[in-house]
Amino acid sequence: MNQQRILELSVGAFVAVGLAALLVLALKVSNLAQVNRDGGYHLTARFDNVGGLKVRSPVTIAGVRVGQVSDIAVDPQTFEAVVQLVVSSQYRLPTDTSAQIYTAGLLGEQYVALEPGGEEEYLQDGGEIRLTQSAIVLERVLGQFLFNKAAGE
Amino acid sequence: MNLLVRLGAWSLGSMQRLGRGSLFLLAVLWRLPGALVQFRLLLGQLYSVGVLTVQIIVVSALSVGMVLGLQGYNTLVDFNAEASLGQVVALSLVRELGPVLTALLFAGRAGSALTAEIGLMKVTEQISAMEMMAVDPLRRVVAPRFLAGVLSMPLLAALFSAVGVFGGYLAGVGLLGVDGGAYWSQMQAKVDFYGDVMNGVVKSVVFGWVATWIAVFEGYDAPPTNEGVSRATTRTVVHTAFAVLALDFVLTAIMFGN
Repeated sequence: MNQQRILELSVGAFVAVGLAALLVLALKVSNLAQVNRDGGYHLTARFDNVGGLKVRSPVTIAGVRVGQVSDIAVDPQTFEAVVQLVVSSQYRLPTDTSAQIYTAGLLGEQYVALEPGGEEEYLQDGGEIRLTQSAIVLERVLGQFLFNKAAGE
Repeated sequence: MNLLVRLGAWSLGSMQRLGRGSLFLLAVLWRLPGALVQFRLLLGQLYSVGVLTVQIIVVSALSVGMVLGLQGYNTLVDFNAEASLGQVVALSLVRELGPVLTALLFAGRAGSALTAEIGLMKVTEQISAMEMMAVDPLRRVVAPRFLAGVLSMPLLAALFSAVGVFGGYLAGVGLLGVDGGAYWSQMQAKVDFYGDVMNGVVKSVVFGWVATWIAVFEGYDAPPTNEGVSRATTRTVVHTAFAVLALDFVLTAIMFGN
Protein backbone atom coordinates (compact mmCIF):
# COMPACT_ATOMS: atom_id res chain seq x y z
CA MET A 1 0.00 0.00 0.00
CA ASN A 2 1.32 3.42 -0.84
CA GLN A 3 1.43 6.43 1.45
CA GLN A 4 -1.78 8.01 0.20
CA ARG A 5 -3.78 4.81 0.73
CA ILE A 6 -2.56 4.48 4.32
CA LEU A 7 -3.48 8.12 4.95
CA GLU A 8 -6.96 7.64 3.54
CA LEU A 9 -7.41 4.39 5.44
CA SER A 10 -6.44 5.88 8.81
CA VAL A 11 -8.63 8.97 8.34
CA GLY A 12 -11.52 6.71 7.29
CA ALA A 13 -11.00 4.55 10.38
CA PHE A 14 -10.87 7.68 12.58
CA VAL A 15 -14.16 9.01 11.21
CA ALA A 16 -15.80 5.58 11.51
CA VAL A 17 -14.64 5.16 15.13
CA GLY A 18 -15.86 8.65 16.02
CA LEU A 19 -19.29 8.04 14.51
CA ALA A 20 -19.46 4.62 16.17
CA ALA A 21 -18.75 6.29 19.53
CA LEU A 22 -21.63 8.69 18.93
CA LEU A 23 -23.86 5.74 18.06
CA VAL A 24 -22.86 3.98 21.29
CA LEU A 25 -23.71 7.14 23.24
CA ALA A 26 -27.08 7.31 21.50
CA LEU A 27 -28.16 3.68 21.80
CA LYS A 28 -26.26 2.23 24.75
CA VAL A 29 -25.79 5.18 27.08
CA SER A 30 -28.87 7.35 26.53
CA ASN A 31 -32.56 6.56 26.41
CA LEU A 32 -32.97 6.97 22.64
CA ALA A 33 -33.62 3.26 22.16
CA GLN A 34 -36.34 3.04 24.80
CA VAL A 35 -40.10 2.74 24.52
CA ASN A 36 -40.99 6.31 25.39
CA ARG A 37 -39.93 7.64 21.99
CA ASP A 38 -42.42 5.61 19.96
CA GLY A 39 -45.09 8.27 20.43
CA GLY A 40 -47.53 6.33 22.55
CA TYR A 41 -50.77 7.95 23.64
CA HIS A 42 -51.47 10.80 26.02
CA LEU A 43 -53.49 10.59 29.21
CA THR A 44 -54.35 13.28 31.76
CA ALA A 45 -54.53 12.81 35.51
CA ARG A 46 -55.40 15.43 38.16
CA PHE A 47 -53.71 15.35 41.55
CA ASP A 48 -54.13 17.52 44.65
CA ASN A 49 -50.38 17.41 45.15
CA VAL A 50 -47.67 15.96 42.91
CA GLY A 51 -44.88 16.17 45.51
CA GLY A 52 -41.52 15.93 43.74
CA LEU A 53 -42.82 14.55 40.45
CA LYS A 54 -41.01 15.98 37.43
CA VAL A 55 -41.32 15.97 33.66
CA ARG A 56 -39.71 12.71 32.37
CA SER A 57 -40.47 10.86 35.63
CA PRO A 58 -41.37 7.22 34.90
CA VAL A 59 -44.91 5.84 34.59
CA THR A 60 -45.19 2.21 35.64
CA ILE A 61 -47.68 -0.64 35.65
CA ALA A 62 -46.90 -3.35 38.21
CA GLY A 63 -43.47 -1.80 38.64
CA VAL A 64 -42.59 -2.04 34.93
CA ARG A 65 -41.83 1.23 33.13
CA VAL A 66 -44.41 1.82 30.38
CA GLY A 67 -44.12 5.56 29.76
CA GLN A 68 -43.20 8.92 31.22
CA VAL A 69 -44.60 12.22 32.47
CA SER A 70 -44.64 14.70 29.59
CA ASP A 71 -46.03 17.83 31.25
CA ILE A 72 -47.08 19.16 34.65
CA ALA A 73 -49.26 22.27 35.00
CA VAL A 74 -51.71 23.82 37.45
CA ASP A 75 -55.37 24.18 36.49
CA PRO A 76 -56.08 27.91 37.08
CA GLN A 77 -59.73 27.19 38.02
CA THR A 78 -59.48 24.32 40.48
CA PHE A 79 -55.80 24.75 41.50
CA GLU A 80 -55.20 21.05 40.96
CA ALA A 81 -52.02 19.75 39.32
CA VAL A 82 -52.72 18.48 35.80
CA VAL A 83 -50.20 15.81 34.84
CA GLN A 84 -49.85 14.66 31.23
CA LEU A 85 -48.67 11.07 30.81
CA VAL A 86 -47.38 9.37 27.68
CA VAL A 87 -48.01 5.62 27.73
CA SER A 88 -46.58 3.23 25.14
CA SER A 89 -49.35 2.31 22.69
CA GLN A 90 -48.94 -1.45 23.23
CA TYR A 91 -50.60 -1.11 26.67
CA ARG A 92 -54.35 -0.45 26.59
CA LEU A 93 -55.80 0.67 29.90
CA PRO A 94 -59.41 0.22 31.16
CA THR A 95 -61.38 3.41 31.93
CA ASP A 96 -61.35 2.76 35.67
CA THR A 97 -57.57 2.69 35.88
CA SER A 98 -56.23 4.53 38.92
CA ALA A 99 -53.02 6.53 39.23
CA GLN A 100 -50.89 6.97 42.35
CA ILE A 101 -47.70 8.90 42.95
CA TYR A 102 -45.18 6.81 44.85
CA THR A 103 -41.57 7.23 45.88
CA ALA A 104 -38.97 4.64 44.90
CA GLY A 105 -37.30 3.86 48.21
CA LEU A 106 -36.91 6.38 51.01
CA LEU A 107 -34.73 8.84 49.11
CA GLY A 108 -35.61 7.78 45.59
CA GLU A 109 -37.36 9.65 42.82
CA GLN A 110 -41.13 9.85 42.53
CA TYR A 111 -43.08 8.04 39.82
CA VAL A 112 -46.65 7.50 38.70
CA ALA A 113 -47.95 3.97 39.29
CA LEU A 114 -50.97 2.97 37.21
CA GLU A 115 -53.32 0.27 38.44
CA PRO A 116 -55.62 -1.08 35.71
CA GLY A 117 -59.23 -1.75 36.74
CA GLY A 118 -61.78 -4.18 35.35
CA GLU A 119 -63.90 -2.13 32.93
CA GLU A 120 -64.62 -3.41 29.43
CA GLU A 121 -63.89 -0.08 27.73
CA TYR A 122 -60.44 1.35 27.22
CA LEU A 123 -58.99 4.82 27.68
CA GLN A 124 -58.44 6.63 24.37
CA ASP A 125 -55.71 9.11 23.41
CA GLY A 126 -56.34 12.30 25.41
CA GLY A 127 -58.46 10.47 28.00
CA GLU A 128 -58.46 11.29 31.68
CA ILE A 129 -57.67 9.03 34.61
CA ARG A 130 -60.31 9.91 37.25
CA LEU A 131 -59.13 7.87 40.22
CA THR A 132 -55.96 9.45 41.55
CA GLN A 133 -54.04 9.46 44.78
CA SER A 134 -51.62 12.30 45.51
CA ALA A 135 -48.03 12.08 46.55
CA ILE A 136 -47.38 11.56 50.22
CA VAL A 137 -45.59 14.60 51.61
CA LEU A 138 -43.56 13.57 54.61
CA GLU A 139 -44.02 16.85 56.52
CA ARG A 140 -47.78 16.61 56.20
CA VAL A 141 -47.83 13.01 57.45
CA LEU A 142 -45.66 13.94 60.40
CA GLY A 143 -47.83 16.95 61.16
CA GLN A 144 -50.97 14.82 61.05
CA PHE A 145 -49.36 12.25 63.31
CA LEU A 146 -48.32 14.85 65.89
CA PHE A 147 -51.75 16.48 65.74
CA ASN A 148 -53.48 13.14 66.34
CA LYS A 149 -51.14 12.36 69.20
CA ALA A 150 -51.84 15.70 70.83
CA ALA A 151 -55.60 15.35 70.27
CA GLY A 152 -55.60 11.84 71.79
CA GLU A 153 -54.16 12.93 75.11
CA MET B 1 1.08 56.94 36.41
CA ASN B 2 3.38 54.44 34.83
CA LEU B 3 1.04 51.67 35.92
CA LEU B 4 -1.92 53.35 34.22
CA VAL B 5 0.06 53.74 31.02
CA ARG B 6 0.88 50.05 31.07
CA LEU B 7 -2.71 49.10 31.76
CA GLY B 8 -3.84 51.26 28.85
CA ALA B 9 -1.24 49.80 26.52
CA TRP B 10 -2.21 46.30 27.56
CA SER B 11 -5.93 46.82 27.00
CA LEU B 12 -5.39 48.55 23.65
CA GLY B 13 -3.07 45.74 22.62
CA SER B 14 -5.52 42.98 23.54
CA MET B 15 -8.42 44.78 21.81
CA GLN B 16 -6.29 45.07 18.71
CA ARG B 17 -5.41 41.38 18.81
CA LEU B 18 -9.08 40.46 19.28
CA GLY B 19 -9.99 42.58 16.27
CA ARG B 20 -7.24 41.07 14.14
CA GLY B 21 -8.27 37.60 15.25
CA SER B 22 -11.89 38.22 14.26
CA LEU B 23 -10.92 39.60 10.85
CA PHE B 24 -8.63 36.60 10.41
CA LEU B 25 -11.49 34.23 11.27
CA LEU B 26 -13.77 35.91 8.74
CA ALA B 27 -11.06 35.65 6.07
CA VAL B 28 -10.61 31.92 6.84
CA LEU B 29 -14.38 31.25 6.83
CA TRP B 30 -14.59 32.93 3.43
CA ARG B 31 -12.06 30.41 2.10
CA LEU B 32 -13.59 27.30 3.71
CA PRO B 33 -15.49 26.16 0.56
CA GLY B 34 -12.14 26.27 -1.24
CA ALA B 35 -10.66 24.03 1.46
CA LEU B 36 -13.44 21.51 0.93
CA VAL B 37 -12.56 21.29 -2.75
CA GLN B 38 -8.87 20.66 -2.02
CA PHE B 39 -9.63 17.27 -0.58
CA ARG B 40 -6.02 16.04 -0.47
CA LEU B 41 -4.91 18.88 1.80
CA LEU B 42 -7.89 18.38 4.10
CA LEU B 43 -7.18 14.64 4.31
CA GLY B 44 -3.57 15.22 5.36
CA GLN B 45 -4.67 17.66 8.06
CA LEU B 46 -7.42 15.33 9.32
CA TYR B 47 -4.66 12.77 9.77
CA SER B 48 -2.28 14.99 11.73
CA VAL B 49 -4.98 16.80 13.73
CA GLY B 50 -7.49 13.99 14.25
CA VAL B 51 -5.95 10.55 13.87
CA LEU B 52 -2.77 11.33 15.78
CA THR B 53 -4.83 12.71 18.70
CA VAL B 54 -6.88 9.52 19.08
CA GLN B 55 -4.19 7.80 21.16
CA ILE B 56 -4.02 10.40 23.96
CA ILE B 57 -7.82 10.72 23.93
CA VAL B 58 -8.40 6.98 24.38
CA VAL B 59 -5.80 6.58 27.11
CA SER B 60 -6.98 9.64 29.07
CA ALA B 61 -10.65 8.72 28.67
CA LEU B 62 -10.03 5.22 29.98
CA SER B 63 -8.22 6.46 33.08
CA VAL B 64 -10.70 9.29 33.70
CA GLY B 65 -13.60 6.84 33.40
CA MET B 66 -11.97 4.37 35.78
CA VAL B 67 -11.20 7.07 38.35
CA LEU B 68 -14.80 8.31 38.10
CA GLY B 69 -15.94 4.74 38.68
CA LEU B 70 -13.76 4.29 41.77
CA GLN B 71 -14.53 7.68 43.33
CA GLY B 72 -18.22 7.55 42.47
CA TYR B 73 -18.48 4.09 44.02
CA ASN B 74 -16.85 5.23 47.27
CA THR B 75 -19.35 8.08 47.60
CA LEU B 76 -22.44 6.19 46.49
CA VAL B 77 -21.82 3.08 48.56
CA ASP B 78 -22.46 5.13 51.75
CA PHE B 79 -26.06 5.61 50.59
CA ASN B 80 -26.46 2.06 49.29
CA ALA B 81 -26.86 3.68 45.89
CA GLU B 82 -23.94 2.10 44.04
CA ALA B 83 -26.37 0.93 41.35
CA SER B 84 -26.53 4.58 40.22
CA LEU B 85 -22.82 4.49 39.36
CA GLY B 86 -23.51 4.24 35.62
CA GLN B 87 -25.67 7.33 35.72
CA VAL B 88 -23.03 9.34 37.61
CA VAL B 89 -20.21 8.29 35.28
CA ALA B 90 -22.19 8.78 32.06
CA LEU B 91 -23.71 12.14 32.96
CA SER B 92 -20.42 13.66 34.11
CA LEU B 93 -18.65 12.42 30.97
CA VAL B 94 -21.30 13.28 28.41
CA ARG B 95 -22.19 16.70 29.78
CA GLU B 96 -18.87 18.08 31.00
CA LEU B 97 -15.72 16.01 31.10
CA GLY B 98 -15.93 14.64 27.55
CA PRO B 99 -16.09 17.97 25.69
CA VAL B 100 -13.92 19.97 28.12
CA LEU B 101 -11.08 17.50 28.65
CA THR B 102 -11.02 16.66 24.94
CA ALA B 103 -10.67 20.37 24.14
CA LEU B 104 -7.82 20.78 26.65
CA LEU B 105 -6.00 17.69 25.38
CA PHE B 106 -6.67 18.80 21.81
CA ALA B 107 -5.05 22.16 22.54
CA GLY B 108 -1.99 20.44 23.99
CA ARG B 109 -1.63 17.79 21.32
CA ALA B 110 -2.95 19.31 18.08
CA GLY B 111 -3.34 23.06 18.74
CA SER B 112 0.26 23.60 19.79
CA ALA B 113 1.46 21.63 16.75
CA LEU B 114 -0.68 23.77 14.43
CA THR B 115 0.69 26.99 15.92
CA ALA B 116 4.30 25.82 15.76
CA GLU B 117 3.91 24.59 12.18
CA ILE B 118 2.34 27.78 10.84
CA GLY B 119 4.71 29.94 12.90
CA LEU B 120 7.75 28.12 11.53
CA MET B 121 6.41 28.50 8.00
CA LYS B 122 6.48 32.23 8.71
CA VAL B 123 10.02 32.13 10.17
CA THR B 124 11.37 30.23 7.18
CA GLU B 125 9.50 32.61 4.86
CA GLN B 126 7.43 29.91 3.24
CA ILE B 127 4.31 32.02 3.72
CA SER B 128 5.95 34.98 1.97
CA ALA B 129 7.15 32.67 -0.78
CA MET B 130 3.58 31.47 -1.35
CA GLU B 131 2.37 35.04 -1.57
CA MET B 132 5.11 35.76 -4.13
CA MET B 133 3.85 32.86 -6.24
CA ALA B 134 0.27 34.17 -5.95
CA VAL B 135 -0.75 31.18 -3.82
CA ASP B 136 -3.13 32.32 -1.09
CA PRO B 137 -1.61 31.02 2.18
CA LEU B 138 -4.90 31.43 4.01
CA ARG B 139 -6.55 29.11 1.54
CA ARG B 140 -3.69 26.67 1.12
CA VAL B 141 -2.30 26.49 4.69
CA VAL B 142 -4.83 27.82 7.18
CA ALA B 143 -8.27 26.85 5.86
CA PRO B 144 -7.64 23.05 5.64
CA ARG B 145 -6.16 23.06 9.15
CA PHE B 146 -9.08 25.01 10.55
CA LEU B 147 -11.63 22.75 8.90
CA ALA B 148 -9.82 19.61 10.06
CA GLY B 149 -9.84 20.86 13.67
CA VAL B 150 -13.53 21.77 13.58
CA LEU B 151 -14.46 18.37 12.10
CA SER B 152 -12.22 16.34 14.43
CA MET B 153 -13.30 17.78 17.77
CA PRO B 154 -16.87 16.37 17.96
CA LEU B 155 -15.63 12.93 16.89
CA LEU B 156 -12.85 12.99 19.48
CA ALA B 157 -15.23 14.15 22.22
CA ALA B 158 -17.74 11.41 21.40
CA LEU B 159 -14.89 8.88 21.49
CA PHE B 160 -13.77 10.27 24.86
CA SER B 161 -17.24 9.91 26.40
CA ALA B 162 -17.81 6.40 25.03
CA VAL B 163 -14.40 5.11 26.15
CA GLY B 164 -14.84 6.83 29.52
CA VAL B 165 -18.17 5.09 30.12
CA PHE B 166 -16.45 1.81 29.31
CA GLY B 167 -13.63 2.69 31.74
CA GLY B 168 -16.22 3.32 34.46
CA TYR B 169 -17.70 -0.07 33.67
CA LEU B 170 -14.29 -1.73 34.02
CA ALA B 171 -13.65 -0.12 37.42
CA GLY B 172 -17.17 -0.32 38.82
CA VAL B 173 -18.38 -3.67 37.54
CA GLY B 174 -15.07 -5.44 36.96
CA LEU B 175 -13.16 -4.31 40.03
CA LEU B 176 -15.74 -3.32 42.65
CA GLY B 177 -18.57 -5.70 41.87
CA VAL B 178 -21.40 -3.31 40.97
CA ASP B 179 -24.16 -5.17 39.14
CA GLY B 180 -23.51 -4.88 35.40
CA GLY B 181 -27.15 -4.79 34.39
CA ALA B 182 -27.89 -2.01 36.89
CA TYR B 183 -24.90 -0.02 35.58
CA TRP B 184 -26.32 0.12 32.06
CA SER B 185 -30.03 0.30 32.89
CA GLN B 186 -29.67 3.17 35.40
CA MET B 187 -27.58 4.98 32.82
CA GLN B 188 -30.15 4.52 30.07
CA ALA B 189 -32.98 5.55 32.36
CA LYS B 190 -31.39 8.86 33.31
CA VAL B 191 -29.31 10.02 30.33
CA ASP B 192 -31.45 11.81 27.76
CA PHE B 193 -30.29 11.73 24.16
CA TYR B 194 -31.33 15.27 23.24
CA GLY B 195 -30.88 16.93 26.64
CA ASP B 196 -27.53 15.39 27.54
CA VAL B 197 -25.75 13.70 24.62
CA MET B 198 -26.62 16.28 21.96
CA ASN B 199 -25.81 19.21 24.26
CA GLY B 200 -22.39 17.62 24.80
CA VAL B 201 -21.93 17.40 21.04
CA VAL B 202 -22.91 21.08 20.66
CA LYS B 203 -20.33 21.96 23.31
CA SER B 204 -17.61 20.01 21.54
CA VAL B 205 -18.40 21.74 18.23
CA VAL B 206 -18.08 25.16 19.89
CA PHE B 207 -14.85 24.16 21.65
CA GLY B 208 -13.37 22.72 18.44
CA TRP B 209 -14.17 25.96 16.65
CA VAL B 210 -12.54 28.13 19.36
CA ALA B 211 -9.52 25.88 19.98
CA THR B 212 -8.61 25.64 16.30
CA TRP B 213 -9.25 29.32 15.71
CA ILE B 214 -6.86 30.28 18.51
CA ALA B 215 -4.23 27.79 17.30
CA VAL B 216 -4.14 28.90 13.66
CA PHE B 217 -4.40 32.61 14.54
CA GLU B 218 -1.53 32.46 17.03
CA GLY B 219 0.62 30.71 14.44
CA TYR B 220 -0.25 33.14 11.67
CA ASP B 221 0.15 36.17 13.93
CA ALA B 222 3.41 35.06 15.59
CA PRO B 223 6.45 37.35 15.26
CA PRO B 224 8.75 35.52 12.80
CA THR B 225 11.49 34.76 15.31
CA ASN B 226 12.42 31.70 17.36
CA GLU B 227 11.20 33.35 20.51
CA GLY B 228 8.00 34.55 18.83
CA VAL B 229 7.01 31.04 17.76
CA SER B 230 7.76 29.55 21.16
CA ARG B 231 5.67 32.24 22.87
CA ALA B 232 2.83 31.79 20.39
CA THR B 233 2.78 28.04 21.06
CA THR B 234 2.55 28.63 24.81
CA ARG B 235 -0.18 31.24 24.30
CA THR B 236 -2.19 28.79 22.21
CA VAL B 237 -2.40 26.27 25.04
CA VAL B 238 -3.03 28.86 27.78
CA HIS B 239 -5.60 30.90 25.86
CA THR B 240 -7.45 27.82 24.66
CA ALA B 241 -7.72 26.58 28.24
CA PHE B 242 -9.09 29.95 29.41
CA ALA B 243 -11.50 30.25 26.51
CA VAL B 244 -12.78 26.67 26.79
CA LEU B 245 -13.35 26.83 30.54
CA ALA B 246 -15.07 30.23 30.37
CA LEU B 247 -17.25 29.17 27.43
CA ASP B 248 -18.08 25.92 29.21
CA PHE B 249 -19.54 27.87 32.12
CA VAL B 250 -21.62 30.03 29.78
CA LEU B 251 -22.84 27.06 27.74
CA THR B 252 -23.67 25.02 30.85
CA ALA B 253 -25.63 27.95 32.29
CA ILE B 254 -27.62 28.23 29.05
CA MET B 255 -28.18 24.48 28.56
CA PHE B 256 -28.73 23.15 32.06
CA GLY B 257 -29.53 26.27 34.09
CA ASN B 258 -33.25 26.26 33.17
